[in-house]
Amino acid sequence: MEIALAAAEVVALCRPDVIAAYPITPNTHIPEHLSDIVAEGRLDADFICVESEHSALSACCGASGAGARAFTATSSQGLLYMAEVVPIVSSMRLPVVMIIGNRALSGPINIWNDHSDIMSQRDAGWISMFAANGQEVVDMAVQSFKIAEHRDVMLPVNLNLDGFQLTHVVEPMMFPNQEEVDAFLPEYKPYAAVHPDNIVSMGTLALPEIFNECMKANDEVLKGSKKVILEVWKEWEEKFGRSYKPVESYRTEGAEVLLFAIGSMAETAEVAVDQLRDKGMKVGLLKLRLWRPFPFEELREAVKGAKVVAVLDRAVSFGGPGGPVFSEVRSALYDEKDRPMIISEIIGLGGRDVPVGDFVKIAEKAARVAKTGPEEEYEIFGVRGS
Amino acid sequence: MKKEKKWPEDWQEVNPGCMVFRPGSAREYHTGSWRAQRPVYDNSRCIKCGVCYIFCPEGCISQDADGYFVADLDYCKGCGICAHECWPGAITMVEEG
Repeated sequence: MEIALAAAEVVALCRPDVIAAYPITPNTHIPEHLSDIVAEGRLDADFICVESEHSALSACCGASGAGARAFTATSSQGLLYMAEVVPIVSSMRLPVVMIIGNRALSGPINIWNDHSDIMSQRDAGWISMFAANGQEVVDMAVQSFKIAEHRDVMLPVNLNLDGFQLTHVVEPMMFPNQEEVDAFLPEYKPYAAVHPDNIVSMGTLALPEIFNECMKANDEVLKGSKKVILEVWKEWEEKFGRSYKPVESYRTEGAEVLLFAIGSMAETAEVAVDQLRDKGMKVGLLKLRLWRPFPFEELREAVKGAKVVAVLDRAVSFGGPGGPVFSEVRSALYDEKDRPMIISEIIGLGGRDVPVGDFVKIAEKAARVAKTGPEEEYEIFGVRGS
Repeated sequence: MKKEKKWPEDWQEVNPGCMVFRPGSAREYHTGSWRAQRPVYDNSRCIKCGVCYIFCPEGCISQDADGYFVADLDYCKGCGICAHECWPGAITMVEEG
């Protein structure tokens, strides 16, 4: 099944009450198919055809505040259009779930895959996870609702999948059935709901005297949510047999060179690692699954013993210190006593195909600069003319 | 666990999502403390037309028992619109000491 359609099918199994979404390539099939499911009567939900993404997230915010399980989906410019509401949903502790089909930010206009859209929302206070293939999309969609609605969390979750590279790819996937999803994901019981019988104000004003305390409180909740995420992943493994970790390692035993990838490019990088290992190179791959809250301990543990880590980003921070994932990985490892060299390779912007050979070249470059030292702040890999 | 404390002080006391579970709590914040000037009424000139009451953006001007108008200094921010609109010039803005 096409992964975007599968995402819609599995979100329908999670029984959302309100779906408010606006179409934007490449995630359109997700809300579009959900609207079909609602129209066919297979899902009892309110599908609100809003006029923009800003309205979509605002509608979800209001619906969640009224006690409904709310869902939306978007990409790129749509995410930027709703960006004004994004930090509001997390600060209001409303468990909205959003699936993002990662697409390049304009301009120039480009509808294909890169991570610049989600990277612009790093600081918004949402839980953020990345899926690398269709099965992970199906599994993590259900997990997202459970994590978001947990009483110790009550935070919105965004689940990221690469636009076109995943959304429009057809893969075989194993679906849980409705009974299994209902057993895993019980009915949503909101902490508070706006209703004439309830005395509650949501979306309140905070003067400078209290604002810092509000920020600290939400930061602590986001950091503490990792405990719940790990519990939910453990429960998923017990029930369905598929395991999830914040940082996944692939053939990292004795690795001196590590590739660090996020999203579906990790699956291509695995092939490159296999080829290089066959040639005797001590190379491994790390795949980041949990982006926010950032998995500091798991990362520091995973890079132990490596001499160099090549962090592959699918987004560039113009004039800045390299790709966003690279900046955060380097910052997380800065205080470690024995830390590897870390280099930034920015690949595949705007959906540019990154074949196995490019990952091989990057790994070989990493092995070379481990001895000679880094050659530049960061490299946008594979640019013609450079 | 909804906390009913009047004002949170430490970060642990802030309600989740900064939600407020008491009605009318905004009334306890006296915006009158922001004032630099306050309105002083000369009731000998007041014709009880109510224009100051209508124009006050704060809605904090009310009538006393004799029908003369007075501003609630807990909330009056001293914007001076009442003094500007008063036809007989019964209101003057005076610097806060």
